[in-house]
Amino acid sequence: MSPHEARLSDLREGDRAVLKELDLPHHTAEHLMCLGFIPGVEVTVGKSGPGGDPRVYNVDGSNVALRSDVSANVCVLPKMYRTQS
Amino acid sequence: MASAVEIGNLRPASPEAKVHSVAIVGPPNSGKSTLFNRLTGLRQKVANFPGVTVEHHLGYIRNRDGEEVALIDLPGIYSLTPKSEDERVTVDVLRGEMPGTPKPDAIILILDAMNLSRHLVLAARVIAVGLPTLVLLNMGDSLKAQGGSLDVLALARELGTPVALISAAKGEGLDVVQRFLSAKGTTPAPAAIPVINDVVRCREWACTVAQNSSYRKPLPSKWTQRLDGIFLDKKYGPVIFAVVVIAVFQCIFALGQPLSDGFKGLLDFAGRHIGGLLPVGLFQSLLIDGAWSGVTSVLAFLPQILLLFLVIGVLEDSGYLARAAVITDRTMRKVGLNGKSFIPLLSAYACAVPAIMATRTIEDKRDRIATILIAPFMTCSARLPVYTMVIAAFIPERRILGPFFGSKAAAMLGLYVIGFLAAIMTARILKSSILRSKDSPFILELPPYRWPTVQSLGLRLYDRSKAFVVRAGTVILAVSLVLWALTHLPLHNGQPPEIGNSIVAKAGHVIEPVIRPLGFDWKIGVGLVTSIAAREVIISTLGTLNGIDPESHALSLQQALHNQLTLGGAIALLVFFAFAMQCTSTLAVVRRETNSWKWPLIQFSYMTVLAYLGALAANVLVGRFFA
Repeated sequence: MSPHEARLSDLREGDRAVLKELDLPHHTAEHLMCLGFIPGVEVTVGKSGPGGDPRVYNVDGSNVALRSDVSANVCVLPKMYRTQS
Repeated sequence: MASAVEIGNLRPASPEAKVHSVAIVGPPNSGKSTLFNRLTGLRQKVANFPGVTVEHHLGYIRNRDGEEVALIDLPGIYSLTPKSEDERVTVDVLRGEMPGTPKPDAIILILDAMNLSRHLVLAARVIAVGLPTLVLLNMGDSLKAQGGSLDVLALARELGTPVALISAAKGEGLDVVQRFLSAKGTTPAPAAIPVINDVVRCREWACTVAQNSSYRKPLPSKWTQRLDGIFLDKKYGPVIFAVVVIAVFQCIFALGQPLSDGFKGLLDFAGRHIGGLLPVGLFQSLLIDGAWSGVTSVLAFLPQILLLFLVIGVLEDSGYLARAAVITDRTMRKVGLNGKSFIPLLSAYACAVPAIMATRTIEDKRDRIATILIAPFMTCSARLPVYTMVIAAFIPERRILGPFFGSKAAAMLGLYVIGFLAAIMTARILKSSILRSKDSPFILELPPYRWPTVQSLGLRLYDRSKAFVVRAGTVILAVSLVLWALTHLPLHNGQPPEIGNSIVAKAGHVIEPVIRPLGFDWKIGVGLVTSIAAREVIISTLGTLNGIDPESHALSLQQALHNQLTLGGAIALLVFFAFAMQCTSTLAVVRRETNSWKWPLIQFSYMTVLAYLGALAANVLVGRFFA
């Protein structure tokens, strides 16, 4: 993972990022791609269930809820970094 | 509505070729069912493909020449690579390889106009099947309202098929379907559609096609974002979820109960009236005490059950159920279940049979079996009559949360809760022992919020009423008649015996020692046996038995029940029904889904033992503390 990359699960509500790679079993990756999770597409982080998981991601106009075990294996390039305080 | 369709692409293949059957294909949430309902109205039925468990609707529509065309509503799919059973069935049907189902002559492909580039990926694969295809872009009205646009003719050229913008919910632009069906046996012009199995490249093609058709994506729905902001709020989301659940129960009680009571009064009045017209004798008794009182005691719950289906229908059609799945996922995971189990489990609140069929979306086999095994613990609508009757007879109405939530609704909610707890505890045991497996991924698309349409809700209720009335007219009627006959045998000098000396009473007395510790008498015992056919049969059984018994003949079923049971016995009866597997349809569907007798037998024994022990505990505890 290059220094600019992050895991989708690391982002916070309202963050935006460009999808880079789906490091998932073929079956799961293909399902995600059918839902619009294609490398190069922009994803926005939305609301989540209680405790922050699963989280809703907006990609290409659809809202898809993912558990963190899936989103932790999705590699993204964040569009904007938030300063850690 | 721009029903702009490039009908020029429709060219007759041969004058004789006619369209006899059309398959409707589309991704989930694209408005497929709405379109299907619009086109066929009430002329449809639910069916299963032979040999597999995938459910589909079959409906009929007349073309312009007045000929009947069959419409097959296939399951919602994301792709045509046969991964899940749904996708495999769709591929088989389209290729004409599904035994017993003729190959469709044409396809109606419905896509969501709001998200064209994504859905065109599916279009590529469906058009490549090579059948004449009509592409309908649903939600054409919202596309424009939200600032999107599309050159329909350009898209038709790109795809080589007729294309039309429609609104299935409003019924706009649907005349194009008639034109498509009447353009007898057309073939699509050969379009340069790549047969690609790589999603990324297919997507690139889709984006190019969308671009060439001047597709401008609409702005995301503000309402969906706003409502998600409320319903998935960290603090308020779970609170709203709890309020929704409580409101559903209160509504079924506060609103459904008077409706059912009124309906029951009406049916009883009709029964007395019909009885008065007949000469007194065995035939009158058979008709009124046997058939009529048995069937109507169950039929009376129709209004309440319809109310339940209406409420679940509103929650599902509006899009809230998917949010509820997100909110409850954490809990589901704690018991070792996939979040995908939530939706089948939720629909099990209506009926376990479709719920068990819905588990086929769960890829992991062990998760699927675990979900099948726990689904019947969810309080299905057949338990509702039993719960309502016993609660109405035994629980006094007291306010708990002001006028909104009373003690009867609380008792009902309590029964739903113990069913749910039994389910998650069972899931936990199964998932940490014989059905242990790795977590499978939770991926759930959240549809945009929509107003549920009167048409789609109406059709659901019609479907349910039909199923319910058919069951009352077959299974319940048959059980009532047999029961009536058994209460009138053996004959003594040509006269029926006192009910206490009848075959039924004797059989009931045989099981009585087993159920005596639960606080049940022989009549309840007979009810427990007959209700193995279907839960609500206990009501008709008690209706018949008490209707014939001179001691309780004049009493309503509630009053008769009140004399029959102690409070402990009543609570025990409720607990028994919460846990027991009293449903042959469910057992049959579990047998079919798991393809073995092992699971339904395990399930039936486990649930019966749990029901017996639960009822025993309830009777003993209530007897000790409240008597």
